[in-house]
Amino acid sequence: MRGLGKLILMQIKLYIREPVATFFTVIFAPMLLVLFGAIYGNKPNPFFGGRGTIDISVPSYIALIIISVGFMGIPIATAADREAGVLRRFRTTPLRPSAYIFSNIAAYYLMTLVGVIVLVIVGKAGYGMRFSGNILSCWLGFTLAVLAFFAMGYVVASLAPTARIAQAVGMILAFPMMFLGGASIPMEVLPQSVRNFGRFIPSSHVVTLMRGLWIGESWTKHLTEAAVLGGVLILGMFLAARTFRWE
Amino acid sequence: MQAITIDNLAKSYGTVRAVDGVSFEVRSGEIFGMVGPNGAGKTTTIECLEGLRRPDGGKIRVLGLDPQRQGYELRERIGVQLQEGSLPDRLRVGEAMEVFSSFYRKPITWPPLLELIGLADKSKAAFGKLSGGQKQRLLIALALVNDPELVFLDELTTGLDPQARRAMWDMVKGIRDKGKTVFLTTHYMEEAEHLCDRVAIIDRGIIVALDSPQNLVAALEAENRVVFSVKEKIDAAPFKKIPGVTRVEQSEERVIIYGKGDGLLVRIVMALESGRIRFRDLRTEQPNLDDVFIALTGKEMRD
Repeated sequence: MRGLGKLILMQIKLYIREPVATFFTVIFAPMLLVLFGAIYGNKPNPFFGGRGTIDISVPSYIALIIISVGFMGIPIATAADREAGVLRRFRTTPLRPSAYIFSNIAAYYLMTLVGVIVLVIVGKAGYGMRFSGNILSCWLGFTLAVLAFFAMGYVVASLAPTARIAQAVGMILAFPMMFLGGASIPMEVLPQSVRNFGRFIPSSHVVTLMRGLWIGESWTKHLTEAAVLGGVLILGMFLAARTFRWE
Repeated sequence: MQAITIDNLAKSYGTVRAVDGVSFEVRSGEIFGMVGPNGAGKTTTIECLEGLRRPDGGKIRVLGLDPQRQGYELRERIGVQLQEGSLPDRLRVGEAMEVFSSFYRKPITWPPLLELIGLADKSKAAFGKLSGGQKQRLLIALALVNDPELVFLDELTTGLDPQARRAMWDMVKGIRDKGKTVFLTTHYMEEAEHLCDRVAIIDRGIIVALDSPQNLVAALEAENRVVFSVKEKIDAAPFKKIPGVTRVEQSEERVIIYGKGDGLLVRIVMALESGRIRFRDLRTEQPNLDDVFIALTGKEMRD
């Protein structure tokens, strides 16, 4: 596809130039890690099944990064581009609409991946994070979660009439995902009632899956999570394709 | 050779008939203007031609292609400046040129184009930091990166100051002089009169007139007006006797004489001289496209 490489590069540059987006993608989670690392260290703790705070926080914070890109980055940027007429301008060229969407998703995906890599490096270098999983398996789990959440983000962008509403709706959805699904506060710390409720929040399945894969558990132990995220992905893609608007 | 043929185009939004049976042809190499008030159907027409909107009825050929079925092929060969098109604020001028160039099979080298529109020194500037005129010039440059045969310019100068507007007119003439066809819309009659080889006047989705601006004005057979100021009340009788004069009006110091024919001005000045009437601020007012619009639609152009 002609121009796709340059378009992806452009999307990445634009992302990096947006300070708020970059902060929540690349800096926020490592910052939390440093903060809680300074308070609790990473000593093995029976409360976390013999793991340290950092060991369980790194895979959980991966969900945190995914939520912020999927529910804050994508809806706001997509709706704002639509509102300003940016999407219309690209439609007047021979560029295929699918190529434009693909370039957007590729840029978001790569930035999310960078955020995760920074998080892992901080955990490893700063606190000797333990990892006993399979990297390929973790990458697959990450990719599944990312695509499922991005699809939801596009649905929010398409259904919201304006960028401001997209922002508000994204925030309203993002906060419970961040705080009730174990993405920021470990599930072990949450009261039982919240943990029961959390199962209905998609992000809790990302956290469970990533924490499991992180310690080398097999996918067969996480069929529920895989099914939920796969279902969200398929439903989200279907809805996003049906509702997406260029103007 | 026709760049555009459009036959009985119709498009409604709900119960509103935005375009109601529009037909015309645009010749290769001309600047063709569609003028009319806001909401007359200009943008709907242009967007149907660009393939961005699906018409309810009618037949359209642009460069021999059907914009709906051969849209991608068509967009290789046309340039488009949208009325409500924009770029990301943080995208830089040079980056925009580079990215848009990369979408086409045969892009031109873009740095000379930036030179031409006077933005060569702004290559590293962010789109959001440009002035209104600079943004508009960049959007036009983007419409030219594929060396198009046909350029669409929708409300090119809306929101620009008079100086920027003049500069834009020169740019558009430059595009035509390179042998390209230009299709533009405007709600400024002055712009259409100055710029267009032929003009279609559209009102409420219908073409009410189509010709060169000169022919449209001439067809009106409207009167010229000679206007001047005097100190005291004048006697209208000697002026009414002048051949061609139809009417003389005076309100306060201001006198307006209506009439037709060559030599009208000379005869009026001679009558002023022989009557020893001291006058000042004498000028003539010719009918223009605004008058054509009023005559055809019975209303003023709304801005």
